[in-house]
Amino acid sequence: MKIFFFTLSFLLMINSVVAIDIELGKKLYQANCSQCHGMEGDGYGVNAADMAVMPKDHTDTEEMVSRTDEDLFKAIKFGGKAVNKSVLMPNWDANMNDNEIHAVVAYLRVLCCGTGE
Amino acid sequence: MKMFVNTNKIKKVGALPARFYALAFSLLLVLIAPNLYAASTAEQLKNDCAGCHALVAPTEELLTQRMTRIGPPLYYAGSKYNAAWMEKWLQAPTRVRPGGEFFAQHTVVTDEGDVIDKSTLITHPVLSSAQALAMTEQLMKMLGDVKNQSDFEYKPKKSSRKMGAMNFGKFKGCRACHQDEEGYGGVSGPELHSVSSRLKPSFIASYIKDPQQWEPRSLMPNKELNGKEIQKLMDYFHLIGGE
Repeated sequence: MKIFFFTLSFLLMINSVVAIDIELGKKLYQANCSQCHGMEGDGYGVNAADMAVMPKDHTDTEEMVSRTDEDLFKAIKFGGKAVNKSVLMPNWDANMNDNEIHAVVAYLRVLCCGTGE
Repeated sequence: MKMFVNTNKIKKVGALPARFYALAFSLLLVLIAPNLYAASTAEQLKNDCAGCHALVAPTEELLTQRMTRIGPPLYYAGSKYNAAWMEKWLQAPTRVRPGGEFFAQHTVVTDEGDVIDKSTLITHPVLSSAQALAMTEQLMKMLGDVKNQSDFEYKPKKSSRKMGAMNFGKFKGCRACHQDEEGYGGVSGPELHSVSSRLKPSFIASYIKDPQQWEPRSLMPNKELNGKEIQKLMDYFHLIGGE
């Protein structure tokens, strides 16, 4: 019985951590990413109109599942250049710490695939 | 006779202190008036500006504060703005950030993509020339954290407009968020076609070098540019600023 409650508590804890991360990720996405990638993540942010390279569409499931979480983390932290993409995607390491970037990655999974896991 | 002498004496004795007091009062007024005016400007800044601008550095800057900000912080205005620009701008304010202080507050999603709903953008109050001068003098005293100050002295160098534009847009990616000509470029950041008259060169250089030292939750990335790269960008700002 004790083991059951322990396991249940642990699972609930894990679940709440994931939920918090996604909420934080959504907020960080809105602050830092949506200006180019769009409020809904479709790549049509307010800055997109005059950009030479269109920002990535984060709702494109097929494209996004081809990227690992590590790829996304690297692109956000070190910028597009670090993953052979456009320099218009800057490095966000001064704006977000690693935990915050992980939260954004979790939110990207919600945008593309409807799941934060 | 007795009465005449007495009246005369009273007049002479009474007139002298009155003149003396009037003179002393005028002198006192001349001496303290500027301080009184400064005090009233400081009071005006507190009463009229604090609703939209931070006048004191926050102990901790949170993301929520940045996302709900209405106007730029002013506690380091003296380190940031050129006094001449400020005085002029306060009398005829123009929009520095095309998308507002935080773009998402003004963004609407449409079928053609996200756009700024201009009807939601706030306009700055207009000050008289006397108010603008007094307010600018007051703002110039607000320097912020002295450790952020830079003794950088900008000396313009020859530059090519075409190369500068290419560097700004393609190589450094600044145009993603900033406009280098009116109506061309990103709208989430402040326009930069007038930045050379708006901001002090030392501030521009130190902000590009490390935006987070001024604003821990600045939305601007630190591109880790070296002195030479910063000089190139500043030469471009100088060129497009028409100076």
